[in-house]
Amino acid sequence: MTNATDQVSIRRKMGRLAPVLPALIVSVAAAIAFILFPYDLAFLTRIVIMMIFVLSFDLILGYAGIATLGHAAMYGCGAYAAGLVSLHLASDPLIGLLAGAVAGALIAWISGCVLLRAQGVALLMISIAVTMVLQETASQARWLTGGADGLAGITVSPLLGMFEFDFVGQVAFVYSVCILIAVLIFCCILASSPFGLALRGIEGSASRMRAIGTPVYRRKVTVYVIAGAIAGIAGALAAQVTGLVGIEVFNFSLSADVMVMLIVGGAGRLYGALVGTLVFMVVHHIAAGIDPFNWLFVIGFMLLIIVFALPKGLISLPDRLVALLRRKP
Amino acid sequence: MTSGLAVHGLSKNFGGLQVARNLTLSLPNGARTALIGPNGAGKTTFANLLTGVLKPTSGTILLNGKSVGKMSESERVRAGIAKTFQITNLFRDLTVRENIRLPILERERRTNKVFCHSDGIPELECEIFQLLEDLALTPLADKPVRGLAYGQQRLVELALTLALKPKVLILDEPAAGVPSTESHLIVQAIKRLPADLSVLIIEHDMQLVFEVANRIIVLVNGAILLDGTPQEVISNREVRELYLGADHG
Ligand SMILES: Nc1ncnc2c1ncn2[C@@H]1O[C@H](COP(=O)(O)OP(=O)(O)O)[C@@H](O)[C@H]1O
Ligand SMILES: [Mg+2]
Repeated sequence: MTNATDQVSIRRKMGRLAPVLPALIVSVAAAIAFILFPYDLAFLTRIVIMMIFVLSFDLILGYAGIATLGHAAMYGCGAYAAGLVSLHLASDPLIGLLAGAVAGALIAWISGCVLLRAQGVALLMISIAVTMVLQETASQARWLTGGADGLAGITVSPLLGMFEFDFVGQVAFVYSVCILIAVLIFCCILASSPFGLALRGIEGSASRMRAIGTPVYRRKVTVYVIAGAIAGIAGALAAQVTGLVGIEVFNFSLSADVMVMLIVGGAGRLYGALVGTLVFMVVHHIAAGIDPFNWLFVIGFMLLIIVFALPKGLISLPDRLVALLRRKP
Repeated sequence: MTSGLAVHGLSKNFGGLQVARNLTLSLPNGARTALIGPNGAGKTTFANLLTGVLKPTSGTILLNGKSVGKMSESERVRAGIAKTFQITNLFRDLTVRENIRLPILERERRTNKVFCHSDGIPELECEIFQLLEDLALTPLADKPVRGLAYGQQRLVELALTLALKPKVLILDEPAAGVPSTESHLIVQAIKRLPADLSVLIIEHDMQLVFEVANRIIVLVNGAILLDGTPQEVISNREVRELYLGADHG
């Protein structure tokens, strides 16, 4: 039995360190980006926010195996909530984030209770429908949301009362990176928790999970609400750093892009979400800069190549290379 | 009032096909019951009715005197009824160890915990270690189940259900697909189970049945043909014809 306890304690020590490493990597990468591209901070901030959004989608698609095409619903609700709070209630950015998280979680809970009873194509359709209804609502409720014009002039007070949001976007970038790191650490903790293991179990075989006594539906709703809160935070951040919220936050293409970014990077590993977002957005940026009309070709080709050559996403590239090298003696 | 599982007038129709016909039997605590019968007799269907995978057309199922009819599948597992799958149903991308960890965490009602590590409880990890040892799976512990031979997967299948420590254990052909050199592991695992557990084993391997069961139920076309001791079953002419005369099914 001592052997078992030894093994166990070694495993536990390694497990404790796991969330620190990704946080460290992201901080270092962000610092380098900050120094190398001081004039592209607005673009970098958009990448960081999108990373948070894609991470939240990884929890539901990558871990729990629930495919939806309506993840923009939570992002959009978070953005509107943060925008409205800062326009009418409180300009503190952290309160705005909290409002975004609550709004994202709430809409995830309400819609999740319905759509998680469905499966496959039906679930995809319902998730699209939810986002459409929200977009139409945002467009009709002119008195609240500004309709098609959206909310403009959203301003937030200095972060923690000390750091004023500047024109170059330095504070916004650092602020977003800090939130990304917090979200990433949370996701790492979740992934290695009993709940995270249960999600992977549901992804692997829901019928077996039922046969070991897991209330599968309840676990799915829980992860959907957690992912909704994180998506809401991403939306809130976007509203705060751009000062705008429009009905495009509910666009179908946003939900689709999130899925593409996750598949490009590799689902179910957290790192994949980060890599996929970075590659997708940088390629998009460069391709659109070179040819504003045909950049979709480039994205399409990239997706095709990755799906065929690396079905588990870019994150599996090192493993694949090692496997290839091993085969050739 | 009996302790254990009691089934009364249980029937199940699939459209026009009657797969369980008015089954009445009890599986008291401590029983070691085998359910045998040709392919298509309705054995798996009966097991699925007990665990709640299928809803009966009519009839009642009582666990310790209380009806489980309204309980969902996962509620019944929590109440103590668990079964293995005839066709292996595992978490293929997880390692053997993680596969076994999941039912243990579930049994301890921990799969809703976010702020702790899934392998953070040494006693539970030791339990996994012991199960791995018992079923000779230790060398494979950290391999993904996907890469295991089918016979090994059958043992993992058994381990997952044993890990739940149920009060009523239903084994649906646990030895099917396990090489004969390893089927003794299954017999030993069953013999090691706590005495007060009720075990229902569906099995075609009669040698294994005789080794573990003290009562045999013969099911044919959804109805009980015979319910008795192994001796009674061997000496019954109809059963002999069924088993020795034609195909084993
Ligand atoms: N879900 C189902 N729908 C329709 N028929 C089924 C279903 N499940 C089983 N059956 C039929 O019920 C009969 C009994 O099946 P089963 O319980 O698997 O038998 P056994 O386990 O004894 O081999 C078979 O004729 C099978 O075709
Ligand atoms: Mg069967």
